[in-house]
Amino acid sequence: MNTFSSWSHDRASSANMATEDLPSDFDIVILGTGLTESVVAAACSRVGQRVLHLDRRSYYAGNWASFTFNGLLTWIQEQNEEPKPEEVRDWSGLTEEGEELIHLSQADSASITNLQVFSYVSEEEEEEEAANTTEEEKAADEEAVKESSETESADSKEDDEEEEGAGEEEEQPAQAEGEEPEADQPRPSPSSQSEPSRKKISYAQLVKEGRRYNIDLVSKLLFSRGSLVDLLIKSNVSRYAEFKNVTRILTYRHGNIEQVPCSRADVFASRQLSVVEKRKLMRFLTSCVEETEEQTAYHGRPYLEFLQDQQLGDNLQHFLLHSIAMVAEDTPTEEGLASTRHFLRSLGRYGNTPFLFPVYGLGEIPQCFCRMSAVFGGIYCLRHSVHCLIVDRDANRCKAVIDSRGQRISCSHIVMETSYLDRSKVATPSRFLSRAVLITDSSVLPSESDQQISMVTVPPEGGSPAVKMVELSPSSMTCIPGTYLVHLTCRSVGSAHQDLSPLVTRMFRTTESQEEDRRPSVLWSLYFNMADGTASQVEGQPLPSNVHICHGPDSALGHEDAVQQAASIFQSILPEEEFCPPAPNPEDIVYDGDNTSTGEDRGDMGQDDEQNPEQNQNQENRNQNQENQNQENPDPEQNQNQGNPELQSVGPEERPASS
Amino acid sequence: MLVPYFRVSSLYSLLFFFFWSLLRPYPVFLFTCKQISEGASPYTSAAMHGRVKVKTTAQQEEEKRKEREKKLKVYVAARDACFSKRKDGVFDDEALQLTQQLLSANPDFATLWNYRREILTHLETVKDEDEAQKIYEAELSFLESCLKVNPKSYGSWHHRGWVSARLPRSNWARELSLCDRCLSLDDRNFHCWDYRRMVVKMSSVPVKQELEFTDRLIGSNFSNYSSWHYRSTLLPLLHPGSPEPPPSRCGGDPPHSCSPPSPQTHFHRVCEEQLLKEYELVQNAFFTDPNDQSAWFYYRWLLGRAEREEMISCAYVSREQERVAVTFSRPVNAQSGSLLLVLDGQPQRVEWRSVHPHFKHSPVWISDLPPGTISDIANEHNLTVHWTEKHTHRDCALYTGRSESWCRDTATDLELFRSELSVEKTSVLQSELQSVNQLQELEPLNKWCLLTIILLMRALDPLGYEKETLAHFQTLKEVDSMRSAYYSDLCSKFMIENTILKMEYAEVRVFSISDRNLTTLCHLDQLLLVTHINLSSNQLRRLPPQFAMLQCLEVVEADNNSIENLEGVYHLPKLEEVSLKNNKISTLADLQPLASCPKLRRLDLRGNPVTQTANVESELAELLPSVADLLL
Repeated sequence: MNTFSSWSHDRASSANMATEDLPSDFDIVILGTGLTESVVAAACSRVGQRVLHLDRRSYYAGNWASFTFNGLLTWIQEQNEEPKPEEVRDWSGLTEEGEELIHLSQADSASITNLQVFSYVSEEEEEEEAANTTEEEKAADEEAVKESSETESADSKEDDEEEEGAGEEEEQPAQAEGEEPEADQPRPSPSSQSEPSRKKISYAQLVKEGRRYNIDLVSKLLFSRGSLVDLLIKSNVSRYAEFKNVTRILTYRHGNIEQVPCSRADVFASRQLSVVEKRKLMRFLTSCVEETEEQTAYHGRPYLEFLQDQQLGDNLQHFLLHSIAMVAEDTPTEEGLASTRHFLRSLGRYGNTPFLFPVYGLGEIPQCFCRMSAVFGGIYCLRHSVHCLIVDRDANRCKAVIDSRGQRISCSHIVMETSYLDRSKVATPSRFLSRAVLITDSSVLPSESDQQISMVTVPPEGGSPAVKMVELSPSSMTCIPGTYLVHLTCRSVGSAHQDLSPLVTRMFRTTESQEEDRRPSVLWSLYFNMADGTASQVEGQPLPSNVHICHGPDSALGHEDAVQQAASIFQSILPEEEFCPPAPNPEDIVYDGDNTSTGEDRGDMGQDDEQNPEQNQNQENRNQNQENQNQENPDPEQNQNQGNPELQSVGPEERPASS
Repeated sequence: MLVPYFRVSSLYSLLFFFFWSLLRPYPVFLFTCKQISEGASPYTSAAMHGRVKVKTTAQQEEEKRKEREKKLKVYVAARDACFSKRKDGVFDDEALQLTQQLLSANPDFATLWNYRREILTHLETVKDEDEAQKIYEAELSFLESCLKVNPKSYGSWHHRGWVSARLPRSNWARELSLCDRCLSLDDRNFHCWDYRRMVVKMSSVPVKQELEFTDRLIGSNFSNYSSWHYRSTLLPLLHPGSPEPPPSRCGGDPPHSCSPPSPQTHFHRVCEEQLLKEYELVQNAFFTDPNDQSAWFYYRWLLGRAEREEMISCAYVSREQERVAVTFSRPVNAQSGSLLLVLDGQPQRVEWRSVHPHFKHSPVWISDLPPGTISDIANEHNLTVHWTEKHTHRDCALYTGRSESWCRDTATDLELFRSELSVEKTSVLQSELQSVNQLQELEPLNKWCLLTIILLMRALDPLGYEKETLAHFQTLKEVDSMRSAYYSDLCSKFMIENTILKMEYAEVRVFSISDRNLTTLCHLDQLLLVTHINLSSNQLRRLPPQFAMLQCLEVVEADNNSIENLEGVYHLPKLEEVSLKNNKISTLADLQPLASCPKLRRLDLRGNPVTQTANVESELAELLPSVADLLL
């Protein structure tokens, strides 16, 4: 399902941007295709609202997107481009008496900062140049970006140069100190590229096979019993996606990677724990599911203290605190227990760990919701935005919007992502996430199976924040065989590079080193900071009551924040309606316009008759193409999990019951 | 519920997932999850059965009904066609087609499978080998689809076994991988386990490989009796124990090509090194989840469960009664003519009888010698009893001036009750006891743990640990009150064993076990020589038929019990005194068995309901004329 993001990068097609106008009347206009906005879009379309869903970017999912390797390079380049001066146009011709305008921002310039790229792979024919650029790398962070940009597309040079002195850079407090951590920076030299022991992957290969990468901007996992999974199931959106279990939970302890036993089978098989520890761990895990008086007695006191008093050894305390509860030592007990329970509830639903990861990357999820919205008549345009909102001065309600083509579109609700608001209306984000994306050549903990998807928790150490690391193997369809994709995330203290590179140099090989070094080598890495969505705040004059703001990705591992946000926005728009009721199944749909059909739900969305996602794939695609001509036909792979009819026809009445 | 809207298509997806997973090991579909009901802890081992019912409208039901009717019509027609073809002895391809259609709808139609086998055997005779191979291979893939419909169909599995065996060029590797897949879907499908054993046998899969297979299954979910059990059959083959090495050809051969296991004590032995590894494995399991029984059962097996060899453990002869009694280590049927008595070199024609008409098999058999054969006290006699079924015998000499004599194993006293757990090395048992005690400290109320401790203590030192054992039984009865009667009986058994041991050490013929909360009597065959028994102040409700094994008994004290039945006080030739104060004997009929004891002269029935009966004295005088001393 590696679809939307790849088609939207097709620049050529943007030339044929539809010239015809959009309908001029919608119930809801949504700006931004991040997870929250997409869920709202699906929920609204599903209950019959006419939805116009726009994104000024050329790809879906905003900061929630997944990119191919080449797509990511383009994204990096775009991030470094100077935002075009905002066009100020006079829209007074489109307004009426008593209306005023709220101008929106035309570019997101605040959410991504401190972007740095490092390449450690052989560039083959450009070997000399690579050596040169690594020298430069020491000098300044920007140079690093430049270096990679150069290798990947010559025509981006200009952009890079422009970037110097761009407003964005001034905001980076870490910029000046950039050189300091660089001192211990890896210096890939040509000789390291001829290392015999491991199969080398060249940069050219990364670019050539880059299409098979799906690199997420945010790194999250789905809790098997979390709100996103529940929503996917409830709404039947799950039929558009496929998931894999995270196969193991690892932790970084005393300089080693250890497996965290969390399921019954893990505990049984664990070699690190003594039998007594096994019992204690199992007992703790089973007992903490229910609230006891003993637990209430610890309210307000640190969770660590509670764990210590349970006579759990150091080993177990580490696992429980950092890998299972994933909280800090001073987190209050009730909070620690709540997150432990959240973890445990999700355990065993689909496998031995509580997490799922969407095959082809997290960027799939917002797109699945968009697709559901489109199936129920939502209209989609990428590279299309709204210049300003038209507000009825008396009612203080937004009546309409003026889109980027100057068309007035009336609507009764606006949902938008924070970055669409004019900069003056949003406080500068106060918290950031530090992110690193690594392409490595082997797993941090090699095992018999090379299909592992691992979640690694790194506890805080000496002032550096706790890091959550997800290592994806090629089985997740996010990287090419022979490589692993590693995502690191933590709350920012300094720049992403400052926060994460010390850990990266400890856990991975970034320099030439002795043969005994069994750590995986980093082939390519990207560091950046992303604004923590929960930290963004609307400032100044309150917005009209029918304008709803979604903030971007938060720092938590799960998706609870986005789903909850979407549900509450939906609730305030349509308090009477059910949030994401299940989409009808083919069997439930009656085609002769019978009233019992769930197709009825869509009310007056007459433009496309009975659609259902199983049977009317083509119709849906046609529909999307019609409305959004810069999109190409979705990859046929999308139908993959719709089931093979032959397989569906045979089947036992039930799973074999155990005797 | 997790998936509140579980509609028709989700069910399809469920099925779809089921087979999809046959092809691809990992993908997860959210709507096809294995469901664990809300609130269930992920650590419980309970397998989930059942699924959400699909509600349909009346209209849909009507449609379905019509469809079903149509299907039924087609089905019945095809069935009749098959039957008539079979009657006419037609074995053609068309019949093969017809049966295939029917069986894919209903794979449990045994007659059709038979017909199909007839057709196939016929086709085999007319086709050449290549064609036959093709036909059978088609049959196998058809069977695979049948197994998808019902993975627990007896008919399909049996037919598969039949076809696999007849296949001209068999592909056992494929069969083994089929078993792997089936067991990964349901690791307790016993049909598949059976089939697997057959495949392993036919294709000589190395035992080691199979053992690794059980490692894998146990690793993914150790609540799996089948895997543990399979292990217990594989280990003795791979790591035979030293005491009695099995025939060398058993070495690495498939398990079933061996000669049938010898019934000897040591067959199930595993060498100690491997045994220690197994202890570790199984300890990991029961420390992880002490409430899972499968691991505990395997542990019990590891600790050993030797069966006693069948032999004559005691021969007894009484001059006065001119009677011989023989005790076996296990119940036997001596009426088969296999028990021979030789008196002073002369084979005797005697009738063997068990002590009570209830028993066809019994450890104790008695026979009366012809009158006058040994009655002269001045004569010395030599007796030999031969048990021809096992080629064992026992001699017994009755010396001049002695009124009775016996001969028995001196070693029995120690070996007597150890057979339950039979690991030789006490050091091993000791360390096992230590680790189970460790678990008990963590889980003081776990019944499996307590019971295992009791068994280990019994194996180590039954008398030394008596106090602890009793305390653990008390806890067991409290934490598992549903089985308190079982625990009481088990505790009674152990108390009796201990008392027998004490009696043996003291070399007396008095068996006294009063005030020990006995609820049942057992091991009575060990008490053949006892003359005095004291069972007072227990909770006995009857003197069971086995009580008649106490052939030398003279005095019974069983006051303060709840005895209401005296069945076992039957033909006890030497019994003189019976004290049954404060019991629950309520009718004269209950006392009837006493009439068979010729020497009974004292009977104490005080405190029994029967004493309230009208004319009790006269009735008793009539029933038990020998009783001179009757206390009511």
